[in-house]
Order: sequence, then structure tokens, then C-alpha cells
Amino acid sequence: MVEVRNTQRELRRLRVRLVVAMLLVVVCFGLLLARFSWLQVHRYEAFHAQAEDNRIALVPVPPSRGLIYDRNGVLLAENVSAYTLELSPKRIGYAKLDETIDALAEIVEITPLERRRFRRLAAEARTADSVPIKVRLTDEEVARLAVLRFRHPGVEIRARLFRNYPLGQSAVHVLGYIGRISPDDKRRFDEREIGSRYAGSTHTGKIGVELSYEEQLHGRPGAEEVEVSAGGRVVRSLSHTPPVPGSNLILSIDIRLQKLAEDLYGGRRGALVAIEPKTGDVLAMVSAPAFDPNLFIDGIDTQTWRGLNEDPDTPMLNRPLRGTYPPGSTYKPFMALAALSTGARSPGDTISDPGYFMLGKHRFRDSRPGGHGTVDLRKSIVVSSDTYYYKLAYEMGVDRIHEFMAPWGFGQLTGIDLPHETAGILPSTEWKMRRYKRRWIPGETPSVGIGQGYNAFTILQLAHATATLANDGIVMKPHVVRTIEDPNTRQQRLTVSEPTRRIRLREDHLALVKSAMVDVNRFGTSRRVFADADYVTAGKTGTSQVIGIRQNERYDAKRIAERHRDHSLYIAFAPAEKPTIAVAAIVENGGFGAQAAAPLVRALLDYHLTGKLPEGYPDNALPTLPDEPDLRDVPESIEPETVETAAESDTQ
Amino acid sequence: MIRIDRTMLLAQIRRQLRVFDLPLLCALALLVATSLFTMYSAASDYDGRMLDHARNLSIAFVLMWAAANLPLNWMMRSAVPIYLLGLALLIAVAIFGDIAKGARRWLDLGFTRIQPSELMKIAMPLMLAWYFQKRANAARWYDFAIATVLLLVPVLLIARQPDLGTSLLVASAGICVIYLAGLPWKVIAASIVAGIGALPLLWMVMHDYQRQRVMMLLDPTSDPLGKGFHIIQSEIAVGSGGLWGKGWLDGTQAHLEFVPERTTDFVFAVFAEEFGLVGNGVLLLVYLLIIGRGLVIAANGATVFARLLAGAITLIVFTYAFVNMGMVTGILPVVGVPLPLMSYGGTAMVTLGLGLGLLMSVSRQRRLLRS
Repeated sequence: MVEVRNTQRELRRLRVRLVVAMLLVVVCFGLLLARFSWLQVHRYEAFHAQAEDNRIALVPVPPSRGLIYDRNGVLLAENVSAYTLELSPKRIGYAKLDETIDALAEIVEITPLERRRFRRLAAEARTADSVPIKVRLTDEEVARLAVLRFRHPGVEIRARLFRNYPLGQSAVHVLGYIGRISPDDKRRFDEREIGSRYAGSTHTGKIGVELSYEEQLHGRPGAEEVEVSAGGRVVRSLSHTPPVPGSNLILSIDIRLQKLAEDLYGGRRGALVAIEPKTGDVLAMVSAPAFDPNLFIDGIDTQTWRGLNEDPDTPMLNRPLRGTYPPGSTYKPFMALAALSTGARSPGDTISDPGYFMLGKHRFRDSRPGGHGTVDLRKSIVVSSDTYYYKLAYEMGVDRIHEFMAPWGFGQLTGIDLPHETAGILPSTEWKMRRYKRRWIPGETPSVGIGQGYNAFTILQLAHATATLANDGIVMKPHVVRTIEDPNTRQQRLTVSEPTRRIRLREDHLALVKSAMVDVNRFGTSRRVFADADYVTAGKTGTSQVIGIRQNERYDAKRIAERHRDHSLYIAFAPAEKPTIAVAAIVENGGFGAQAAAPLVRALLDYHLTGKLPEGYPDNALPTLPDEPDLRDVPESIEPETVETAAESDTQ
Repeated sequence: MIRIDRTMLLAQIRRQLRVFDLPLLCALALLVATSLFTMYSAASDYDGRMLDHARNLSIAFVLMWAAANLPLNWMMRSAVPIYLLGLALLIAVAIFGDIAKGARRWLDLGFTRIQPSELMKIAMPLMLAWYFQKRANAARWYDFAIATVLLLVPVLLIARQPDLGTSLLVASAGICVIYLAGLPWKVIAASIVAGIGALPLLWMVMHDYQRQRVMMLLDPTSDPLGKGFHIIQSEIAVGSGGLWGKGWLDGTQAHLEFVPERTTDFVFAVFAEEFGLVGNGVLLLVYLLIIGRGLVIAANGATVFARLLAGAITLIVFTYAFVNMGMVTGILPVVGVPLPLMSYGGTAMVTLGLGLGLLMSVSRQRRLLRS
């Protein structure tokens, strides 16, 4: 092989190679340029859209929930701004969750209750959510946590609005409470196609007014268009649509009356409803015992829940709305009206009361062994003669009683603006056939006349009927929300203004029954309770034999005797001439009517009509009225028309 | 006195500047200006990164000046020691190296940590150019075989770390020298065919993360929030730049952190988003100027060593630029290759400064011979 040592040839070869390399460079750069053109020109539109999509996110701004006041402007449900400690389980990592909580627990106290609640909420939450572990931090806790937070990604301190019920247990069964939106709630929203209203919201009404007026209280969310980074961090706001805050509610409840009534129950169980007869305003609605709604807002832990649920006193049961009781003798004024209106009795008709009523071989006993002697209609109410009503009921028959009583709302839903109302039972032959597939036995009718037997009414129904009686048969639908107030314009709208119906009654019949009820408090069963009252009241005592309102009552030896005592009932309205309040009350296992329920109602009427508090009752125990004059006393002149005029002015 | 001093000073500066190749310096100045503007935008959320980048560029410039002053003989002499040092360090890394991000790449010297594979990027072309200089005009087939062995030993060591990207870059530097030294076309053609045939084999020896990168390249949408996220967001950044770009500092993809590694490997996405296709064209042109000038310098080199070294360095710059831009626009797999002079990062900048300095040294000594 010949080696040619030729530098020039060598150099030429290199230059050829360099030129080839340069060509390769140009080709490669051409390739890149083609790729750039493809991306930046041909597919520009698509990428541009994707970049904008990346950039902009629509963040819902939840509305602030409407406030709830009592009829005098006392705040019952408010929104408080407070800091929460929240953890994002996904960002922390499920494995490290406990470790993180332990680390935080060294800085602020985290109770076992809070831990349990966090576990449950974390299990329910969508993966991206941050879940509160400790709510309502103090300023000091916030300061201590702020330092630590940076060491733990996924731990956040957020300012949030909290629902707070400043009076705690008071009126809880009317107010209800809000709670975290559950999967069930979510499904319900989707069914009604209002899911979008809850964008960004975490809570919704669960029971009470908070649930029945959810629509008005909730408001509409606003939206904020924000620029976000890849990490989801908000960089800046582009546009903002403010949320529409929820409407405020002004209840018909007088919270001072309510609180007094609750306190009068002490530790006893029972229910009380007070209604303003002319308007149907529910002034007080007591279910004793009660519970603190604040426990439920951010999710109650299972242990506390079980405690409440298994309490033999059933604090969670809304007694006036859902507890049904035989009305006992409080039924008699209505039976008397039925007798007069249907012509079954005239005022002068008398019977002889030997202390029992015989039907065939069966003896219906009067509560007074010797009987009341000669009894006419007035006396039958005043002395509460059972015999009179056994006989009356038997002669009228259950269906005529049913026909008369149904319009009064007995055994019917009153249509009150609270959820989960129970209808109870107003017996009839048709009802028995439907319910038991059996025919009505005439022997069952006498007991119906004295408010026993199949009769099972709610205290709300009893109060409602009493109010209707006080209102001369004009039926006003009972309601706990008096007005709905627009938070911006402060325009108010009445919820109920028209009577639902009129029961046709003769004035002399009404006068007779009413005056008989006045005599009950003067000379009759509750005369001692109402001795020396500064006003004239009409009332009726009642005693109802215990038929357990709960099916699965747990056996409790200590309580069993007490639980077999009769329920003490009482209905009243006052002042008798021009009633401003009608009350029905029950004290469970309280004995006979004049024993427990009547004194309680007396104390309540004293306060309502004369402002006098019971002896020994602390002056400062009642919530104080607010200073703002505009919220005190919702003016009488507000009519539904105000809304219409507003609508007209809008269109101009 | 002052006047004289000033004249002397100016003369001194002029003399110092003469070590630089003026056309190359102009093209580099353009690139550095672009780099500073782009980094100012890309690093807007990183405290101090802009200054660090400027500092790195300054260091690179000083090194370039220093290397440009090196005589060719000195470079020749140092080629073998540097190569052996690099090889020794690579072996040391394989035995004692620190593990970072799952790979053994760093060597802790006590006062600083170095990445010996980076040194190899310079040592490899130096060594091979030296070898072919020694065998000048008498290169036989076994010379190419020996060169291949010299190439493969460090490349395999780096590949084992594992650092496939760097090993391929070091290999490509060596291959450039071998190609320019006159590897027969037949062998080149055969190698390409064999290389394609060996692809399945390569697939088998690759690590999982390397396979994933390749898979992502083929179909980034298969995991849009995971592994494919970088490529997709990077393509969106480039594509949404359009013809004219969104304007300097107005890139949304980059500033809102959708573009990953936006100051380092993906800095080109920031540039492309803000300056559009027109800006990209200009940038390609600047690189083309640098590469073209580098190849001219290579063609006029004084010795075989000088010519091969200059050609190889130039082609390495090209490889970096091409692989990086191809990666950012989604036509090449994601490997850790910086965009020359644009990406943030000290080590790469040092290597590049040295390389460009050597290139200028070759250019200077060619002219000296002429004059």
C-alpha cells in the first residue's frame, strides 16, 4: 500500500467533510424551523386556546348566608369570621397525615373529638379539598401556627365565615342548624338542578328554619376570574362578579318568651307552642330538652352524636312538631263546639253524671269517682266531666267528630314553615279501615270524646286549634318566619298574611265555650293556678294517659315508674276578650294538667302580658334586646304589596 | 502622562482583543444579549438567578479569553493528561461518587463537587484530535479502531452512571472528530445501518425512566398530568407564541409556571413563547452564524489537531442547540441538554467558554501563521 503524504489532499478531504457537516446543520435547522412553523403557525389557534385555558380559572365566591333575628331584632344566627386550621390530605399524603397532626398537636391543642371529626370529614371530602381540623382559632394559636405552617405543605390557615348560634340551645328546634354538604345533599341539589348555587359553598341547612328557608338564606354565588399558576396558585384577579347574599329572616318567635319557657321546663321533658291568634305568628316553640346546634356545624363526632341519639330524653326529637300525644281533656272545648255546631247538644241540655258511662257491659270511668252530678255543657268544661263527653262522642259517632275536627287542623299537617312535620291521627272509620283493615267498633268512640283512644296530635296542632278558637274560627297558618328581608335594600316581605279558611261557628256557641274556659281558670280545674292573675284567661287542663311516643324505648329501671306517669297538658289563650296569645303545653309524665303544665303557662302569660318574671328568676337570664331601633318591632304596616311596588319601580 | 497611559491602555486592550475572532465574537455577543433578555423574563420569580446567569456568562467570557491565549503546542501537550485525568475521575466516580437523583455523577473533592463527565466533553475531542495529529496523513483502519476504543471507554463509564444524555453528547463529540479525520464513507453508512439495527438492543439495556422519556416523546398525551406534562406544556408555550410571540415578559405559560425547568433546559420555550416564530428564526440564524464561522475556522486551522478540534467543538455546539430545541418542541426525547449560552447553569457555561476559547485560539494561530 502506497502512503501519499499530501497535506493538500488531506486538507481538501477535511473541507469536503466540513461542507457535508454544514449541509447537515442546515438540514437539521430546517427541520427545526419546520417544527416551529407547525407549532406556531399551523397549530397556533389550538395552542393559544390551551394556554388561555391554563391561565384562567373561574373561582366561585360563595355568598354570605342570611342572618336570623327574632321578632324584636335579637340576633339568633350570625356569621362570624374566624380562622381555621385546615389540612389537605392529598398534598400531605395519607401516610404522613397522622405524623403531621401530631406535629400540629404540639403547637395547638387538638382534641380527640377534633381528630375523630377530621377523620370522618377527610373520608367524605373530594381529594383536592382541604379539610378543617380545628375551627375558630384564637389569635394566639394563629400566630403560633403561622410559623410552623411553612414546614408542612398542605397545612393551611384560612379565614372563613362561620355560622354561629349565639344563644346556643335556645330555640334550636325552630332555628335548626347548618352542616357540611353531604353526598345526599349534593344529590338533592343535582336533582333540583341547583348544584351550581353551591359552587364554593361548604354548608347547607340541615333542619329547622335553616333547612326550610335554605333557598332564601343561601343567596347566589358570585364568581371571580383569576389567573392561576400551574400549581393552582392564584396570581391575580381578572374580573369579579359579586355574590348575592342570602336574605335575612325575621322570626315570629319572641326569643325572650321562648327562653323563659325553656327555662320554666327546667330539666323536664315536654313541648310548648305559643301562637298569636290574629296572625298565626308562632311566638314560642319549645322542645325540651334541647341541644346545642353549634355542635353540628362542622360535623359532629360519632361519640357525641351517639350520646345525643341514645339519650332516653331524646333531645334531638322536635317534640312540638313530631311528638304526638292524646290531647286528653284539652280536647273538650272543641268537642263542646262540635256538639253545639252539629246540633248534637244545645247549651241547656243536661246529663246526670254518676261517675261513669255504661256502654253495654263496659263501664267508662270518670276521673272523679262519684261523678259531677247534673252537668250541662258549660259545667262539663269547667269541671272536666268525662261522662258528658263519653256520652256525647258515642251519640255523635266518630265520623261526625272527624268531620268537625279536621278543619281545625287536628291530625292534619298545619303547613308550618318547618320541615319534617308529623300529621298525627284524627281517627275515623275510614282511617281505621285503611290503617288496620278493621271496622270501627262503636265501643271505641267514647274515649275519643275525652281526647284519648286513637287521638294523637302534636302540640303544634293543639296550639294551632286553640289559636283558631281564640280567633273565632279564622284559621291562620302557623309560621315561625315572619318576614324575609333583603339584606341590601332592607325591604321586607311578610310570609303569611291571609287566613287559610274560616270555620263557620255561631257567635253564641263560641261565646259559651270561651266563657266556660274562662271559668276553668276561675272556678274550675286550674283555679288555684290562676288565682290573683291581673288579666282574664281562658284555659283547659288535660291529662293524657301515657302511650309511649317512642317505640324502642330502652329499659331503664330508675325511670320506669316516672315514665308511666300521665302527661300533663294545658291550653290557654289570653286576654280572654281580645286574645294576643294562645298556648298549648305538655309536660311529659308531669301528672294531671293543673299540676305541671298550667303553672308553667301561667308564668309565661304573666311575662307576656304584664312583663312580670317568675319569682326568683334572674333578671339577666333573658337575651337583651338590640339597640338598633330599625330592627325592633317589625312595623305592622308591612304588607305583601311592598314587594309588588318595588317590582313596578324596577321596570320603570 | 495620563495621555500616554491612555494610549498604552488602548493599545493593550486592542492587543488583548486581537486574540478573539471578530465575526465569532459578534455572533456570540448577539446570542449573549438574547440570553440576558430571555433569562430576565424566565427568572423573574427566582431571586438572584438573573445575576447568577450574568455572572456565569462573565466567567465563561474570561475562560474563553484565557483559552484563546493558549498556544496550540500547549494544547497538544495537555491533551493526553487531561484525557487520562478525566478517565481517572470517571473511574473514581464509579467507585466513590455521590448519588444524586438516582445517579452516581458527582465526585466530592472536599472543597467542591465536580461532575467529571462534563470535563470529558472537552477532553474527548482534545484526545482524539491529538491522536489523529500523531497519525497525520497515515491514518489506517486500525487507527480508527483505536480511536473508537478511546471514545467508548469514557462513554460507557458515563452511560453506566447512568447519564445517557451526557454519554451521547461525549460520544457525538468523539464521533465528530473521527468523522472529520476521514472515516471512510462506507464505514459511516454501515454504522448508521448497524445503529438502526441496534435500536431494539438499546431499548433493552435502557433504564425504565429512559424508556418512559422515549414513550412520552411518541405519545405525550398518554399521561398528560404526569410524565407527559412537561412536553405538552412546553409545546403549548411554543405554539401559543404564534408568529410574533406574546412579547417580552408577557409569556403566560412560562410566568405561570406551566413550563418546567424554564431557566435551564426549557429556557427556549420561554423565548419561543415571547418572541414567536420570527424570534426563533433569528435565533436559529445566530446559531447558524456561530456554527458556520466555527467550521470556517476549522477549515483554516494550522494543523490537523487544530482543524479537528475546531470542527468538533463547532459541531458539539450545533448538537447541543439542535437536541435542546428538538426536545423543547417535542421531536426529540427529553435529555438533560442545555441550550448553549442560553440555559442557566455554571458547569455547562464553563465547558462552553473553554471550548469557544479553544476555537478562537485555533483561529488566532491560523492568522499568525499567515502574517
